[in-house]
Amino acid sequence: MNDQAEEIVRFDNVGLRYGTDKEVLRNLSFSLYPGRFYFLTGASGAGKTSLLKLLYLAQRPSRGAVKMFGDDIITLPRERLPNFRRRLGVVFQDFRLVDHLDAFDNIALPLRVSGVREADIEQPVTEMLDWVGLSHRSDARPATLSGGEQQRVAIARAVIARPDMLVADEPTGNVDPEMAFKLLRLFAALNRLGTTVVVATHDLQLLQKVPDSLIMRLDKGKLSDPTGALRYPPRMEKRSEASLQARRGEELL
Amino acid sequence: MEAPPGLARAMERGIAPFRGKQAAHLLPTARLGGPMLWVIAIMVALTLLAAGMGLAVANLGAAARSDLDGGVTIQILEPDSDLRSRQSERAIEALEQLPEVEELRLVPEAELAQLIEPWLGESVEGDTVPIPALIDVRLGNAAGAAELQKLREVLAEAAPDARVDAQAEWLQPVFSAIGTLRWLAIALIVLLGFTSAAAVWLAARNALNANRDTIEIVHLLGGTDSQIARIFQRSILIDAAVGALIGFVFGAIMLAIMGAQFSALESGMVAGGGLSWSDWFLLALVPVGGVIIALGTARFTVMRSLGKLL
Repeated sequence: MNDQAEEIVRFDNVGLRYGTDKEVLRNLSFSLYPGRFYFLTGASGAGKTSLLKLLYLAQRPSRGAVKMFGDDIITLPRERLPNFRRRLGVVFQDFRLVDHLDAFDNIALPLRVSGVREADIEQPVTEMLDWVGLSHRSDARPATLSGGEQQRVAIARAVIARPDMLVADEPTGNVDPEMAFKLLRLFAALNRLGTTVVVATHDLQLLQKVPDSLIMRLDKGKLSDPTGALRYPPRMEKRSEASLQARRGEELL
Repeated sequence: MEAPPGLARAMERGIAPFRGKQAAHLLPTARLGGPMLWVIAIMVALTLLAAGMGLAVANLGAAARSDLDGGVTIQILEPDSDLRSRQSERAIEALEQLPEVEELRLVPEAELAQLIEPWLGESVEGDTVPIPALIDVRLGNAAGAAELQKLREVLAEAAPDARVDAQAEWLQPVFSAIGTLRWLAIALIVLLGFTSAAAVWLAARNALNANRDTIEIVHLLGGTDSQIARIFQRSILIDAAVGALIGFVFGAIMLAIMGAQFSALESGMVAGGGLSWSDWFLLALVPVGGVIIALGTARFTVMRSLGKLL
């Protein structure tokens, strides 16, 4: 299948263990494709965060092969990793905002790290603040923001640089259902612009909100593929079929 | 919250610098803190004092050596005063023929009496205590073994009781002590350099630990080790520069005071230990060196610590 050329992430027989403990992830083999929306589900302790760490390059696997954007991440020199990280947007479970920076500066951080000139930063950050409904909280520091507001700042920071892939770890875990739905719509909007989205959640209700999503299910470190679409993705024109597959996945779950 | 704003892809995908106020702003506690500034100030002041004294001692040795290098003392050790006078005259005649001799003088007896007065008192007269005749000779070049041998050969006939000594030989123990002091100063400077580096290393590690979360975030957002190190370097540059300046001013004042006190002694040898403009130029490099050591250490520490991250 020629689709393999398009994949942006490919895991082959990947395992991960911390220290000498037993593997928290075992024999993961899957591919992620551009412009798709993936849900990563599983009970607490199933290994979702560990898998996301591999995806946002905070961790190297203990074994197996990982390719990202066509390059072998395992053998890639460490100095080249920042370039890959700049193509990713990450929403951490605990937001990980920089405490002493206000909302504006937190959102601007990826642009500054990437060397965007100060003159070119104000407009996109202002637009992004507006987009997440926090224009009036631009000068607020994280400690003075509510959980939902912090969440939105974290999301804005993750998407400000228009990443090729957005990875979000339980992004709706700390917000009420209404806000969760809003955030999901935000991810879906970004996905429509072409960004691959991977959302880890244990909230099964969310899966129904994104019809064309694909589901990855982790159970005790092993990945199941209820939609049958991880390794061989549905073609873009078959999104309706994928949607059906997603729904089948929901039933399975 | 509908579709996200149509952001232009302003981001560069290459490794870009991260500098300026915004970068410094990122780590508010990256400043190594007040104590570090004073540690650097004290280290620079001590290094300056060690370097200043080392240079002064070296100058003193060089001045003394240049004074004495071509100096030769010839003693006519003949107890009989008439013979001694004759030998002295013949020796002077012989020495005047030598092209190596630039200057020579027979030390007058009154001057000799003055020289030995502190030991033998004023009452020494005539031949009560035979005092050797002294001829002070200055050669064009340093008085090495070959030159001394030639003088001895020339004097063997004219003044068989002559004893030829290079003046520098008498001060050889002093020169050795000066050399030791100079090495001691160099060792002190190296030691202080290491101590400064160790202090900066500890401070940088503390600053890294204090900012670990922020560093990890910047790292995961694609920040490079160099970018993060640069933020710390910028912070330490401020501390190190201010500390080095304070240390330099303090150390320079101390050196100037000590220099003034030594020159007040008006002793020929100690007066030769002053600092020249070129010495002060070298001393001005001490704070610069301090800043470079601090920056280098901070960078090394931060890069090494970041190297442990993926």
